[in-house]
Amino acid sequence: MKGIFGIILAAMLTDNFVLSKFMGICPFLGVSKKINSSVGMGVAVTFVMTCAAIATYPVYNFILVPLNITYLKTIAFILIIALFVQLVEIVLKKMIPPLYKSLGVYLPLITTNCAVLGLTILNIDNKYTFLECIINALFSGLGFMMVLLIFSGVRSKVDEADVPETFKGVPSTLIAAAILSLSFLGFSGLGK
Amino acid sequence: MSNFREFTKGLIKENPTLVGLLGMCPTLAITTTAVNGIAMGLATTFVLVCSNIVISLLKNVIPKSVKLPCYIVIIAGFVTLIEMLMKGYLPGLYKSLGTFLSLITVNCIILGRAEIFASKNKVIPSICDGLGMGLGFTLSLFAMSSVREIFGAGSWFGLKIPYFQTLTIFILPAGGFFVLGCIIALVNKLAKKKPPKNIGCSSCPNAEACADKGGCK
Repeated sequence: MKGIFGIILAAMLTDNFVLSKFMGICPFLGVSKKINSSVGMGVAVTFVMTCAAIATYPVYNFILVPLNITYLKTIAFILIIALFVQLVEIVLKKMIPPLYKSLGVYLPLITTNCAVLGLTILNIDNKYTFLECIINALFSGLGFMMVLLIFSGVRSKVDEADVPETFKGVPSTLIAAAILSLSFLGFSGLGK
Repeated sequence: MSNFREFTKGLIKENPTLVGLLGMCPTLAITTTAVNGIAMGLATTFVLVCSNIVISLLKNVIPKSVKLPCYIVIIAGFVTLIEMLMKGYLPGLYKSLGTFLSLITVNCIILGRAEIFASKNKVIPSICDGLGMGLGFTLSLFAMSSVREIFGAGSWFGLKIPYFQTLTIFILPAGGFFVLGCIIALVNKLAKKKPPKNIGCSSCPNAEACADKGGCK
């Protein structure tokens, strides 16, 4: 039980995907402009991450390990993720059109989001059990969404601030991210 | 001559990291020491050149509807190759680059070049383009990691700088964001142009799929 709580804590706060592992920076910088779009991206990433964790675990443990071809894990995982994103897109389009309308934009972006591939590889490297994999995926996704949400709030202020000409736009956004990352450093003693 | 131009454009004018704002994740994550930065840059260059060659050779064979998965598989193949080579010959570096070595697969620079350049051009220009972009990426990683190592650890390529008060924050994640922000600002200042307002869609491999649905904004 303590192990699972530790994973939740690490995934959301101490080892947050964006601010301390540096995965998924592109959507973090690209989509965090409006609160609506950061929620959409966050939900889509959480969903795909959880599903990818569920799908990659059996593939790794029941196909790659017995055949002794674990070195193919990068290829296998990225294929699963790409397949999955397509599948989710098709299913949502047919079954739940309103959800597709709000998430559809973000789905093609997720295939190349390194947070998803990174998560599946980290799950394997950390030798998590099936349950731990799912929990890690779910809460990493939620942590990702949380940071995106916080940052979209920060950014609406930064964009209006009067910064030096050369720092306008991306540089000031990155420095705001540095300060946010610094504040998350405060959590670092928690899980130990 | 034009091949030479394909090569040089990636170094500074269209530098993938500092001007194109692509491949941010490795730029921020592994640039704590100069050696790591260069190793990551060269590994990415290798994958970029190889995938550009293969993709430009296969550009007429790959059907349009499944081109993205095809590109990803080709790239992932070369990533696996470099992973195995590094594990065998440079185990120390393999350890310190960690997951980010596998994550070269989803580096937007590689997919972006495949989509924008290699799938439309012949082999030789594609090689030049890949080399230029890869070395441009290496150059910016090297600049980033030098700043962070000198200020954060008081050393350069592992050589200690005497009497230097270190600022640990530069090694921490927060320092990564800060240094990158400052370097991009500096490049803007030197190039005397307006800083990019947004992450550009023009070099994003998903731009096409994305634009159909209203764009990522």
